[in-house]
Amino acid sequence: MKKKIQNIIENFGLPRIIIFLFLVLLFILTPFVGIRFDTSINDIIVRFGMNGILVLSLIPMVKTGCGLNFGLQLGIIAGILGAVISIEMEMIGFTGFFTAIGIAIFFAVIFGFLYGLLLNKVKGDEMVVATYVGFSSVSFMSIMWLMLPFKSPNMIWAYGGSGLRTTINTKGYWFHVLTDFLKIKIGNYIFFPSGTILFFAFLTFLVWAFFKTKIGTAMIVVGSNTDYANSCGINVDKMRSISVILSTVIAAIGIIVYQESFGFIQLYTAPLFMAFPAVAALLLGGATVGKASIKNVIIGVFLFQSILTMTPSVVSNIIKSDMSETIRIILSNGMIVYALTRITRVRT
Amino acid sequence: MRKKSLTKTMNPSVLFLINYAVPIIFIILIAFAIPLSGLSGLYFIRELMIRLSRNSFLILALLIPVMAGMGMNFSIVLGAMAGEIGLIFITDWQIVGISGMLLAILISTPIAVLLGYFAGIVLNRAKGREMVTGFMLAFFMNGIYQLFVLFGMGNIIPISNSSILLPRGYGIRNTINLLGIRQVLDKLIPLKIGDILIPVATFLVIATLCVFITWFRKTKLGQDMRTVGQDNEVARVSGINVENTRVLSIVISTVLACYGQILFLQNIGTMNTYQSHEQVGVFAIAALLVGGASVAKANIPNVFIGVILFHTMFVVAPRAGKALMGQAQLGEYFRVFVSYGVIAFSLALYAWRKRVEKENERKKIMNYRKSILAK
Repeated sequence: MKKKIQNIIENFGLPRIIIFLFLVLLFILTPFVGIRFDTSINDIIVRFGMNGILVLSLIPMVKTGCGLNFGLQLGIIAGILGAVISIEMEMIGFTGFFTAIGIAIFFAVIFGFLYGLLLNKVKGDEMVVATYVGFSSVSFMSIMWLMLPFKSPNMIWAYGGSGLRTTINTKGYWFHVLTDFLKIKIGNYIFFPSGTILFFAFLTFLVWAFFKTKIGTAMIVVGSNTDYANSCGINVDKMRSISVILSTVIAAIGIIVYQESFGFIQLYTAPLFMAFPAVAALLLGGATVGKASIKNVIIGVFLFQSILTMTPSVVSNIIKSDMSETIRIILSNGMIVYALTRITRVRT
Repeated sequence: MRKKSLTKTMNPSVLFLINYAVPIIFIILIAFAIPLSGLSGLYFIRELMIRLSRNSFLILALLIPVMAGMGMNFSIVLGAMAGEIGLIFITDWQIVGISGMLLAILISTPIAVLLGYFAGIVLNRAKGREMVTGFMLAFFMNGIYQLFVLFGMGNIIPISNSSILLPRGYGIRNTINLLGIRQVLDKLIPLKIGDILIPVATFLVIATLCVFITWFRKTKLGQDMRTVGQDNEVARVSGINVENTRVLSIVISTVLACYGQILFLQNIGTMNTYQSHEQVGVFAIAALLVGGASVAKANIPNVFIGVILFHTMFVVAPRAGKALMGQAQLGEYFRVFVSYGVIAFSLALYAWRKRVEKENERKKIMNYRKSILAK
């Protein structure tokens, strides 16, 4: 019995168990601190749809052994470019949404290609290089947002300033087009954002199906053993490049869905740290630096978003101050540190 | 063929260009930016003097882990946090002057040792990924620091001076005025040349640290660290406790960073309780890399060249941005971009070269094997 428990802890990871228990505790506490259970559930579902695709985007790169994509910001930038250009073109509703995605994919493929070239040159050190590539690209784009010749009055500063605003409202363009698509209302407090969830499910299916194809299988081989892949005649660098492009494209789509649901496009320094929560969610779902699956994405996003939704309301009701930001920092970064220190694979 | 050219068939001048690409790009950038900014020479020298005294110590703290082969120590942020905790306490007890500063050092040293020890253990568990782990560790500890300072102080840890507490009665305010120790070290030995105040005592402290580092390299421990940095296995075979040596290097670095942050804040005179330490690692590392250091090799001249080049950029970028585009904000973004970009570029270049060298070595072994088989 004792061994069995030890086995479970070993498999599941101690931090994950602690976080899971913490979450259960939060759920138990909800009725006692005067928070509606159903609105909390609703928040979790909405946030799940918002963040799911961003976390999904990490999968291809982990599968080919490129590690956790700390350069997720590149995809996010491509997504933002798509979003602002679609607004500049005055595209409204689903047309606008899909135009944004189309443009975003175009940029994401270019960025992903270059990013892939770089990552192939720095094998073994992908993560630290990726982090700083992500940071420097966000700060580079901060300059660009100031200088690019956008004209739409909804996006530039109102009084004589030049450059884009720090947040751009998507209302009037494609705000909630996906969320309200086939929306199901349950009672007064819960609604189910079918569109967002379906879209997430669709992309998840595509990723799943992709890894069943010939290229997808080749990628998994690259990720599990490079030398073996080489001797099988698989072009390792090419497979890694494809995975990086794929990750970047999905991230670009992910941020547009996020903006569609959130209602705002955040520019300048806002995307700087967006990679970390996504990575933390994936790790929380049971992934490691070298291994991740769709299951990890779904469990991870659910757990992570539940904690983020529940902690502020419950904890601040108990101690009368807002600790959510601190808890978020400790939780997401602690999860990443934990995962980084548990790398069993030794690279020579 | 291209890969090979990077290490072998390249002539020395091109190799020099690649090795020192970052400083060279920087010198060119600055050469363009200085005339644009329209700053006077005197102002410029004064600024540079301040920044040299303010930042050198923190950057020197990075040298020892590089020696031990652990790359850029992103977790010096932990040391900075320890230093800030010391400063919070002396501000609370209202101990001023040089004695206040010494007391802050006294309080924060054990904290820094403890944090450094913790960081060292964590980094030992992530061999080969020290940098990304150190970086994430700094973020993680920032959360712990917040928990401690924002929720613990005035609550569990008694704080008597209510003026540094938030109105709600616990947690430290966002900014703390360090009036009591403001520039006490800088002005300890007063020396003025023309209009420029020269912080003699601070420079003496920095010089002492340089001497210490030079001496340290020659000690038994320093030699051990270099061996560990060269090759873990060789070090282990020759009887060095690799894990301990690595932890020690991080502890020393963290403690030095703690002093560096105290030095830095006594010069500035105010402390952003929750932000002052956040960028310490990034700026220090970027400056060191700009000075021509790499992940595997960094020395004292790199530090000073780095401070001068990097901070010249800091002084002129906003002005140049304003002159060029009419927006100071542009220069602001530009210098952040440069800091991150420099780190990204240097790390990528280093990783690339490392991989190429490894591949060449492998090829050599394969050729050797083939030649033996042919015989």
